[in-house]
Amino acid sequence: MAYEVTMPQMGADMTEGTLVRWLKKVGDRVEKGEVIAEIETDKANVELEAFHSGTVLALIAEEGQVVPVGEVIAYLGEPGEEVPTGKAPSVAAAPSRRRAPSTDGGAAPAAGAPAAEAAAPSAPAAGAMEAPSAAGERLRVSPVARRLAEEAGIDLSTLRGTGPGGRIVRRDVEEAIRARQAAPPPTAPAPTPAAAGAPPTATPAAEAVPTPAGARTEPLTRIRQAIARRMTQSKREQPHYYLTLDIDMTEALAFREALNATVPQDQRVTINDLIVKACAIALQRHPKFTASYSEEGLRYPSQINIDLGIALEEGLIAASLLDVGNKTLGRIAAESKALIERARGGRLRAEEYGSGCFTVTNLGAYGVETLIGIINPPQAAILGVGSVMPKPVVRDGQVVVRQIMKVALSADHRVTDGAEGARFLKEIQSLLENPASLAL
Amino acid sequence: MAVLRMRDALREALREEMRRNPKIFLMGEDIGKYGGSYAVTAGLLEEFGEERVRDTPIAESVIVGAGIGAAMAGYHPMVELMTINFSFLALDQIVNNAAKLLYMSNGQINVPLVIRMASGGGSQLGATHSHSLEGLYAHFPGLKVVCPAFPADAKGLLKRAFRDQNTVIFIEHTANYGLRGEVPDDPDFLIEFGQANIVREGRDVTIVGYSGSVHQALRAAEILAEQEEVEAEVIDLRTLRPLDIATVVESVKKTNRCVVVEDDWKFGGFAGEIAALVMEHAFDWLDAPVARVCSKDVPMPYNRTLEYAALPSEEDVVDAVLAMF
Repeated sequence: MAYEVTMPQMGADMTEGTLVRWLKKVGDRVEKGEVIAEIETDKANVELEAFHSGTVLALIAEEGQVVPVGEVIAYLGEPGEEVPTGKAPSVAAAPSRRRAPSTDGGAAPAAGAPAAEAAAPSAPAAGAMEAPSAAGERLRVSPVARRLAEEAGIDLSTLRGTGPGGRIVRRDVEEAIRARQAAPPPTAPAPTPAAAGAPPTATPAAEAVPTPAGARTEPLTRIRQAIARRMTQSKREQPHYYLTLDIDMTEALAFREALNATVPQDQRVTINDLIVKACAIALQRHPKFTASYSEEGLRYPSQINIDLGIALEEGLIAASLLDVGNKTLGRIAAESKALIERARGGRLRAEEYGSGCFTVTNLGAYGVETLIGIINPPQAAILGVGSVMPKPVVRDGQVVVRQIMKVALSADHRVTDGAEGARFLKEIQSLLENPASLAL
Repeated sequence: MAVLRMRDALREALREEMRRNPKIFLMGEDIGKYGGSYAVTAGLLEEFGEERVRDTPIAESVIVGAGIGAAMAGYHPMVELMTINFSFLALDQIVNNAAKLLYMSNGQINVPLVIRMASGGGSQLGATHSHSLEGLYAHFPGLKVVCPAFPADAKGLLKRAFRDQNTVIFIEHTANYGLRGEVPDDPDFLIEFGQANIVREGRDVTIVGYSGSVHQALRAAEILAEQEEVEAEVIDLRTLRPLDIATVVESVKKTNRCVVVEDDWKFGGFAGEIAALVMEHAFDWLDAPVARVCSKDVPMPYNRTLEYAALPSEEDVVDAVLAMF
């Protein structure tokens, strides 16, 4: 049986992706887990791995083509096996009598030859207008749906169209309005643990206000749109509370120095690795901070993935370190380095794309003292990390210089309360101030 | 109130108006002794005499031209063109004289003329005798175009046509002549032009038709209600010029969907005009593109099966509606 390879959904808000490059061609043997294509999403290039081993039977999507999530882009199977012909069917044949609108009459009959056309039912034009959003089309929205959504302040890109060809129609908007009214405050759609995320360190996107001289409007890039959408969603739906704390990093720096003295350059541990490890341990002890809020209840992930906010030239993205709860500091350090490299090269893998349950965002390298982040929905918290700076502090009655790092926890008040946040933050502090506990 | 066939209702209107206004007289092929090809004028010769019910030669341009001349001279003639297909022969008189004299004489000469004709396919009359040209006449400024779907409307609108000081193209669907319906007896029963009629109320889709297509729309609405739980609102335009688009727009604002049904061809037809007007006036209320259900883009076949396939059916209307959901 031939296996379908479909456009993966990398993040809850991803609706389509661009097939950048095929790394395999028809007839190639592919092992499960092997990278077969590069996909570009709103925010990053990711590598698409095969879920099955087999021979590439057909490449349906072309390089450069924008493909809706879930559509077939290739088939794998045994050599010589039959695959369904033509493009992937995007909508199943409707069970009812609904059908594509006829397009007869759209073409003028050639002068003098109408009878010939009568004999041959003209079909060629049909389908063209009903084919669901195949390639890079704009969102299909009926005028009344667009107007109602605008009036109600509903983001059309969060809706799924149920009209012909996937068009967002009136009932879809009304459904969204009802859902929102039924459940104040509205929740982020979080159908899967994988939540796409622009990291929350971003400042609100400045709107281009038209002014008379020299003013201009620069179109939003996809990544900028995604950041704007998700940050707005977070601030609109997630009631944040904020806690800040000074962490004395003097011991941690010494610990890191000692560690790094024993390992080659490329295995060195960064301050951020220590923080991630500390967060991983703290999250295991305070699992509520891994949860995400939903109407039905708090959703807990099956493993602890931590997102790192990574600044790229195009904008910020959240890349996920996987299963950090079960990984040593050394492993975290190595994987983190590789992850950042892949993110910068636009080669993140699907599962590394915003699948975290918690985010660490660090602007320490820029000399920032305090960073108060915006939660990356649907996560419940984010830790903003500032620079490690030498500061005079009192120890045993003496003023001494210690290496101080300010951290800020932004947390979703629907999931946790301030006292829980304080305990969680204290745990991180305690781990970093007694760094030997991070070595395991 | 009496139950009359469409042809009887039309005859009632003619009789009442001729009794009321001695300036009214009738001209046409076989309308006198024979009583008219569709028996609309049967019996009028006996009551009003040869002066006022005049059989003419087979010369449509002459019939209409004589009517225009009489109208200019102070009469209010009605000319019957046996079918709309023959009106092509009189097109210059209709379009260049009847429709334009008022304008070209700077308002000095009006043409109070009623031109009646039978329209529509479905009777195995072949490609040259099965036209639906309501939309064609509606295209010309200077003409009023009336196309009733029910006996009562036929009477009220035809009587109203004789109160108009301009040329009225009065188009009857051949399939409707035998249609029965209650018709008011009141000699002053008039239906104003430019007033569409909501013949069935519904909330889910607006189906717009006129003349014969109103009945396809109504049958489709019944199927939709019984089998698909879709409540269609059906609007009978009644007159294409003047056009009551406001009623259509109001309805579309309620239903968010619109299907236009007509017997004419789709390309360049009147359904496209309705669709454009709905788009202009109710764009932000539309939940789907306006659909048109029209005749297939072919000359009308003679073969009965093919003719039915070429004409818009209630199933076509149902399909067009369901494709919007």
